[in-house]
Amino acid sequence: MQETELRNLIEEVREGTLPRRNFIQHMVGLGLTAPMASMLLMHEGIAQTVPPIPYKGTKRGGGGVLKLIWWQGAVHLNPHFAGGTKEQDATRIFYEPLAGWDTDGNLIPVLASEIPSRANGGVGADGRTVTWKLKRGVTWHDGKPFTADDVLFTAAYAGDPATSTVTVATYKDLKVEKVDSHTVRITYPKATPFWAEALTGSFGTILPKHVFEPFIGAKSRENPANVKPVGTGPYKFVDFKPGDMIRAEANMTYHVANQPFFDTLELKGGGDALSAARAVMQTGEFDYAWNLAVEDEILKRLEAGGKARLAFLVGSDIEFLSLNVTDPWNEVDGERASAKSKHPAFSDKAVREAMSMLVDRKGIQDFIYGRGGIATSNFLNNPPRFRSPNTKFEFNIDKANQMLETAGWRRGADGIRAKGNVKLKFVYQTSVSQPRQKCQAIIKDACTKAGIDLELKSITAAVFFGSDVANPDTYQKFWADMQMFTTTMTQPDPQIFMEQWTTDQISQKANKWSSRNLVRWSNAEYDATFAAAQVEFDAVKRAVMFIKMNDLVVNDFHVIPLFARPRPRATALKLNAPLSAWDNDTWALGFWSRDA
Amino acid sequence: MFSYVFRRLLIALPSLLGISLILFTVLALAPGDPFEELAQNPNVPAEVRLALRAQFGLDDPIWQRYFHWFANMVRGDWGFSFVSRINVDTLIWQRLPVTIAVIGLSQVLALLVALPVGVLAAVRPYSWFDRIASSVAFVGFSLPTFFTGVLFILFFSIYLGWLPFVYRADLSETGWAWWVAQFKQSIMPIAVLGLFQAASWMRYVRSSVLDVIRLDYVTTARSKGLAERVVVTKHVVRNALIPVVTLVALQMPAVFGGAIVTEQIFRIPGIGSLLIDAILRNDTPVIMAVTFVFASLVILFNLIADILYGWLDPRISYR
Repeated sequence: MQETELRNLIEEVREGTLPRRNFIQHMVGLGLTAPMASMLLMHEGIAQTVPPIPYKGTKRGGGGVLKLIWWQGAVHLNPHFAGGTKEQDATRIFYEPLAGWDTDGNLIPVLASEIPSRANGGVGADGRTVTWKLKRGVTWHDGKPFTADDVLFTAAYAGDPATSTVTVATYKDLKVEKVDSHTVRITYPKATPFWAEALTGSFGTILPKHVFEPFIGAKSRENPANVKPVGTGPYKFVDFKPGDMIRAEANMTYHVANQPFFDTLELKGGGDALSAARAVMQTGEFDYAWNLAVEDEILKRLEAGGKARLAFLVGSDIEFLSLNVTDPWNEVDGERASAKSKHPAFSDKAVREAMSMLVDRKGIQDFIYGRGGIATSNFLNNPPRFRSPNTKFEFNIDKANQMLETAGWRRGADGIRAKGNVKLKFVYQTSVSQPRQKCQAIIKDACTKAGIDLELKSITAAVFFGSDVANPDTYQKFWADMQMFTTTMTQPDPQIFMEQWTTDQISQKANKWSSRNLVRWSNAEYDATFAAAQVEFDAVKRAVMFIKMNDLVVNDFHVIPLFARPRPRATALKLNAPLSAWDNDTWALGFWSRDA
Repeated sequence: MFSYVFRRLLIALPSLLGISLILFTVLALAPGDPFEELAQNPNVPAEVRLALRAQFGLDDPIWQRYFHWFANMVRGDWGFSFVSRINVDTLIWQRLPVTIAVIGLSQVLALLVALPVGVLAAVRPYSWFDRIASSVAFVGFSLPTFFTGVLFILFFSIYLGWLPFVYRADLSETGWAWWVAQFKQSIMPIAVLGLFQAASWMRYVRSSVLDVIRLDYVTTARSKGLAERVVVTKHVVRNALIPVVTLVALQMPAVFGGAIVTEQIFRIPGIGSLLIDAILRNDTPVIMAVTFVFASLVILFNLIADILYGWLDPRISYR
């Protein structure tokens, strides 16, 4: 995709010949996130024409109890300590950001009165300042008014390294100033093309200054509010048992008219995914269940009961295969898989391309993952008509054979191909999980037919994802030829996500294998494009750069995307729950209602 | 007697120390990282995780971390959970009452079933009642609680739809409705745990009564013309129960173990499910504290069993 091409598309949206939603899906197909595509349009002066989130309630309260079940319970209720979605979702019941992301990537104001844009003067021309106007008349659950001071404080709290928040990277270099009691101005240290990361979505929830101020920095752990939240959200805190139950009641002074719908809310945590699915879909004890990591076949059977429906929101979880760039079996300078080494077989692109061709994505989707895995050749799933023209996937054993033959890999007496003293025998590792082992077996079978021998290795998830420096079997060390796992990108801007294939991020001994380029891929063109994208303020040019980066990675076949993995959520038939793939499940809790 | 208890408590100290040392080392050597979730989230930079590790002292050598833990423990500071940053003792106290209630009631149920059934089976050995009771007991203790638990859920909750299978510690009902709701949600976990225990105890009670009922003094009592009911309750059961009481006390810690699984299945917020969650999240301070509590319970119940033994059987004395 070239810049002119993209500009033409944007013009089509402006003229109305290309629907906004289609444009966003197209961009997603090229490897961008929906929020980024949406911001692209805003940059070009095309205002969001967001249909209002449907809400069927006509008055506050009166809707009874809303019962939610998360099969992993939240262990605390401080949104800025929340590393995973379970705590983020739970804290979002009480706390709200300035704006949230809907599933089409639109920015929806929550505590802001409007979304900043160039047109309304909210976004500075130099790309360094953003001015947010805050909603007036919002009160905290304890009755104190919500003002710009709270926003300033939140940025200071999260950005203080001594507080040890997980959001520290977003806030530490940020300068937030108060313009008036309900206006704040953010100044970035450099031109920041994706200005809407701070103060929005799951990393942007605002904390009350009067409650958190005495506990900033090293004392943050002692704050009673870590388990007794005081927010601005549609439901007020009643009771919390870490890892088990959260109870809340309707906030009768909520800042949105006629919301919330339910009188009380309960979020039960713990147990396992299958019984959580049963509690919604079979017994109806609960109204909504999160992230049902259960085989699709079982889900289909439960769904047949007719008590609940499943939502498969296509976000950005991608199951992918990595082919090691480095040699994991010989030490160079006392380090296995040293960045200085070359993998004996995968350094030949023909072998990598053949490997990609030997993955029967369609078959695996049909027989293993069902609706829970959608075959893709890209880093994001997309409707077929929008699939990136630059990448494709194909399952063709004959063609793979032919390709290997041409490249000089000949079958030996044992049927395994070799060239010189290098044999096509690989160790293929992944975590222990039934679908993954089935997937491994299917790929091994196809490889055997092409003269490639795979040794399958499955490692307990606690070890594989354990990031233990002393353990040789972690995915971060990647001391094997091939490995497979799922990566996620729930944050709206893909910049941090795409950083994981830069040379700087190569996971090695020097950085205790803590950085994120696990496959140890290095490409000068990619690095240069990434560096340029970091400072490029022209949204269109930047988008083109990201599409190029996606193509560079995918077309080199060291990283082979396999499936988009939508997370199934179960919703009781009568419950109306607007969900988003780009924000927390509870991002629009005020809009949830139940049909009579 | 008191000097005996005192001596036993003194001996318990080095065992607890040894247990804590082994637990700590094993946990430190086990794979996993409490901040694994952050490592897997590409939006959280690695520095955040490394800073948290350093701040919570996870990068120190094992021996240093152990002494740190030990010194705090002696002062009564159990540390705080790495994951939730809440004090461990708060977490445990919050969950202990539920565990004790569920385990206690299941033990009562187990005794209520095991005692009469075991005695009746032994009084008429190899009768049809004995055969049925023994076979059921055999099936009962052969099936693990995680299997019967799921079976109960599938049958009573899903097939029949009578009982809820998600336990709630804070029911919103009041008065009689509260008791009804509490009964409905507790009956399955209590039955699963209690019947499993009852099955094995029933076998012990039966064999113990069988041993006693053949003794000469029982024949004497019968020949005196005492009613059969009096012979059994006053002369047989009293003596037969001595080994059973010890067994019940000794098995208490094992019951806690069974409760861990049951709590997880029924989502009971007790210390068992706290332990499982902590293990899954590699939350070392919580795992340490809960396992340490279990270890102390084993030692405590061993001591109780020994003391009970002497109290019931005057032939044993403590020196």
